[in-house]
Amino acid sequence: MKARVFITLKNGVLDPQGKAIHHALEGLGFSGVNDVRAGKLIELDLADATSDGEIEDMCRKLLANTVIENFRIERLETA
Amino acid sequence: MKSAVIVFPGSNCDRDLAVALQLTTGRKPDMVWHKETTLPDGIEFIGVPGGFSYGDYLRSGAMAARSPVMRAVKDSAARGIPVIGICNGFQVLTEAGMLPGALMRNAALKFVCRGVPLRVENSQSLFTCQYEAGEEISFPVAHHDGNYQADEETLDRLEGEGRVAFRYLDEVNGSARRIAGILNDAGNVLGLMPHPERAFEPAHGCTDGRRLFEGLLETVSA
Repeated sequence: MKARVFITLKNGVLDPQGKAIHHALEGLGFSGVNDVRAGKLIELDLADATSDGEIEDMCRKLLANTVIENFRIERLETA
Repeated sequence: MKSAVIVFPGSNCDRDLAVALQLTTGRKPDMVWHKETTLPDGIEFIGVPGGFSYGDYLRSGAMAARSPVMRAVKDSAARGIPVIGICNGFQVLTEAGMLPGALMRNAALKFVCRGVPLRVENSQSLFTCQYEAGEEISFPVAHHDGNYQADEETLDRLEGEGRVAFRYLDEVNGSARRIAGILNDAGNVLGLMPHPERAFEPAHGCTDGRRLFEGLLETVSA
C-alpha cells in the first residue's frame, strides 16, 4: 500500500522559498501569478496493515513540524 | 564543571564548542555520539553544537532531534541540567520540543555569515549573568535557517517572561521581533543562532562570547 503525505506551510507563515519562485516566474514573463506556496510531497510504501492512525503518528512525530506546517494524507490503493 | 557535547553526523562546531568549554572549565568535555542512549555520569552541562546534522534533510535539526541521545538530553534538562543549543543546536532543540517556535529559511533566502551586533535582553539567566541588561555585544552568525518564528501568543509570552535572551540589533534573517536566542520556561535551556564559541579567543577578533561560558561555570560551580 502506498500513501502520499502533502506537507504545506500553515496560513500566515512566511514562505521565502515560495516568494522566490513567484519572483522567478514573473521574471520569466508569467503574469497573473497571485501567490506561490512551496511544500513537500513524501511518498510512503507501507505494509498493507498500516492504519491511518499510524501514518498520522508518523506525520506528527517526524514528517511535519506542526508548529509551522500542516499535513494531508492520501492513501493510494495498490494496483 | 563536567560537560558533554553531543555529536551528530554533520555537526561541525562540536570541536569549537569543546575548545571553549575546555578553556573555560580546564576540563575536556565528553564528546557524546548521537547513538548513545545515556550520558556519562555526573554531567553538569550539555552543549548541542552547530553544523548541518543529517545534511539538514527534511528540516534543519529534524532528524537529530529524534536521535537516541536526545531522550537523555531531554531527561537531563527536565532535571535542571543546563543545556545550550547553538545554531543547528537551536534548531535541534526546537524540533525536539525543548524550546517553542521554529527556525525557518532566512527571509532573504541567503546564507548569512558575519559578525552581528546583539543586545542582551536578559542578564539574569545562568547563561547571561556576566552581561549587563541591555548591553550590546557581537557574536558571529553562519546560517541559512535562522528565521525564528512562533505564533503571536508564544512571542508575547517569551517577551513577558523575560525569555528572550538575545536580540539582533539589525535585520539579519527575518526573525520575529529580531529574536536571536530564547530560554525555556525553567531557564536552564538556551537556544541561539549566533555562535558565542566563535567569539571566545582574541584570535577570533572578538571575545564577547567568553562571558557566557564563564557565567555558566560560575553558576554551575556555585
